[in-house]
Amino acid sequence: MNKTWNNKAWFMVIPVLVLVAFSAVIPLMTVVNYSVQDTFGNNEFFWAGTDWFTEILSSDRFWNALARNLIFSMIILAIEVPLGIFIALNMPKKGLGVPVCLVLMALPLLIPWNVVGTIWLVFGRVDIGLLGYTLSALGIEYNFTQNPIDAWITVIVMDVWHWTSLVVLLCYAGLVSIPDAYYQAAKIDGASRWSVFRFIQLPKMKRVLLIAVLLRFMDSFMIYTEPFVVTGGGPGNSTTFLSIDLVKMAVGQFDLGPAAAMSIIYFLIILALSWIFYTVMTVSDAQGE
Amino acid sequence: MARINLDHIRHAYSPAARAAGDYALKEVHHEWADGGAYALLGPSGCGKTTLLNIISGLINPSDGKILFDGVDVTNLSTQARNIAQVFQFPVVYDTMSVYDNLAFPLRNRHVPEDQVHRRVTEILEMTDLAAMAKKTAQGLTADQKQKISLGRGLVRADVNAILFDEPLTVIDPHMKWVLRSQLKRLHRQSGFTMVYVTHDQTEALTFADKVVVMYDGQIVQIGTPAELFEKPSHTFVGYFIGSPGMNVLPAAVNGATATVGDQSIALPGAPKLSGQSRIELGIRPEFVSLGREGMPISISKVEDIGRQKIIRTRFCDHPMSIVVAEDTDIPSDPKVTFAPQAIGIYADSWRVGMEAK
Repeated sequence: MNKTWNNKAWFMVIPVLVLVAFSAVIPLMTVVNYSVQDTFGNNEFFWAGTDWFTEILSSDRFWNALARNLIFSMIILAIEVPLGIFIALNMPKKGLGVPVCLVLMALPLLIPWNVVGTIWLVFGRVDIGLLGYTLSALGIEYNFTQNPIDAWITVIVMDVWHWTSLVVLLCYAGLVSIPDAYYQAAKIDGASRWSVFRFIQLPKMKRVLLIAVLLRFMDSFMIYTEPFVVTGGGPGNSTTFLSIDLVKMAVGQFDLGPAAAMSIIYFLIILALSWIFYTVMTVSDAQGE
Repeated sequence: MARINLDHIRHAYSPAARAAGDYALKEVHHEWADGGAYALLGPSGCGKTTLLNIISGLINPSDGKILFDGVDVTNLSTQARNIAQVFQFPVVYDTMSVYDNLAFPLRNRHVPEDQVHRRVTEILEMTDLAAMAKKTAQGLTADQKQKISLGRGLVRADVNAILFDEPLTVIDPHMKWVLRSQLKRLHRQSGFTMVYVTHDQTEALTFADKVVVMYDGQIVQIGTPAELFEKPSHTFVGYFIGSPGMNVLPAAVNGATATVGDQSIALPGAPKLSGQSRIELGIRPEFVSLGREGMPISISKVEDIGRQKIIRTRFCDHPMSIVVAEDTDIPSDPKVTFAPQAIGIYADSWRVGMEAK
């Protein structure tokens, strides 16, 4: 095989390389640098080898945060994906309802994350919040600052409120791309409502659904701002997810070495899980062709 | 298998339609005989598909009734009408195998699995898909997919009618021919009532016993291919059927004589006119003979299409086509005569009868 060498091509690639270097590679290498050394300030570094990794991987604190985070991601995926599909199926396909629904759906996505947190913080307060006040007026004991279960429910409901729209919009885009002839043919073939969903709508939504699941998984696995604003990781450590724990370690305790090691482990977990998700969900595609 | 009656059917896509022009389908009143093979022929947008969808129940007509064997089915759902329909573009269930695609309409109706197997195997053979029965439908080519759609339309043995909506558009020409003859054979064997929508006259004329020509939301003529050719009842039919279409020349009629420009043409009888404003004379290019006798024309172009020549001429300043055999000599001073029996007189586009002399 003959390779053509054209050094001018570098001019096309270099801008991207520089951008990626500054935005990703160099920061990541800095983290790697921290993760294998110990420092007490004054820019003095001591070689620590894999000590920090061993320490993180053998600490209950890390495994607990990881477990909480995995449970959280699974719960919100289990709620948001079916709920998103359900709402998308029931959205109007034409008429005045379409823009109204689309705008309503897009609203939560447009709100900055810390504002979402603040909204729910106020919303859930027992003394002035609409939700908290109503619940306690109904005689339900609700206090997300004291009770871990209430805190979890609040964080999950908040995430569902914030992000189900994303799944809805993606699924809706998949649904409206299905030509009418498919539904007509299904009627002629005597297909039930379930068959129409199972054999027409779901296959057509599969690709966008894959993207939705991946995005929601990665985002929820990195969740930081909203629970930080609402619960601050509490009560106790009950809503301390990986990123909250990481910030506590790095900024709160200034343990840069362990924090860097944890960042790298965290990064590898997300990478690995996303890859597994992607592979599992595309494997049936490959079989079909 | 059923006789289908369309009882004063009209349809408008907007509910506010009042004037005749608002209707996609103007009044259609027609009976499709049990076991007939019909072609619904017309240009795009003439209401063919609307009419088909009304029969299958995908659209509810604004006015009128549909009867199957005398029973009113206007308000019945598509499923309850027991109709099969094949669409213009392939519809396949991507995740199912070819076999399961074909079995789908039967399984939805809880047909026993041994019968499903028998029917599906027959259809697989007919459509030449047997080799890929176990493959997923997703990876197939467009014409294979359309064969699956076609097969799904034919797989049920008990349907009232099978409707085809330009089903061979995406199939390549050779396969078109094969499938069309298979459909024709299937029709003879099974005796299904079949309605075949198309804008291709060859397809319509080869498939159907009766051709229904539609134009601008109404049926303009129903007849055998020969009737459509020899006695088109509307200038549109004359123009649409035949290649090239019928020559339509503005004319004036006085008794049994028609006048086009400064030429007088003897008619086989006196047309029964009742004061219509726009009178036209129609004559097919095949019935105009070219020679040294008759009315003068000027030739603008000669197209050789193999065994025949099409001569484009001007006759009294109106364009006129003539079809002649390939070896015909074209005289330097060309003149034409019309075969009297082949002349039709059209008043406001509709053919009028003539009294024998």
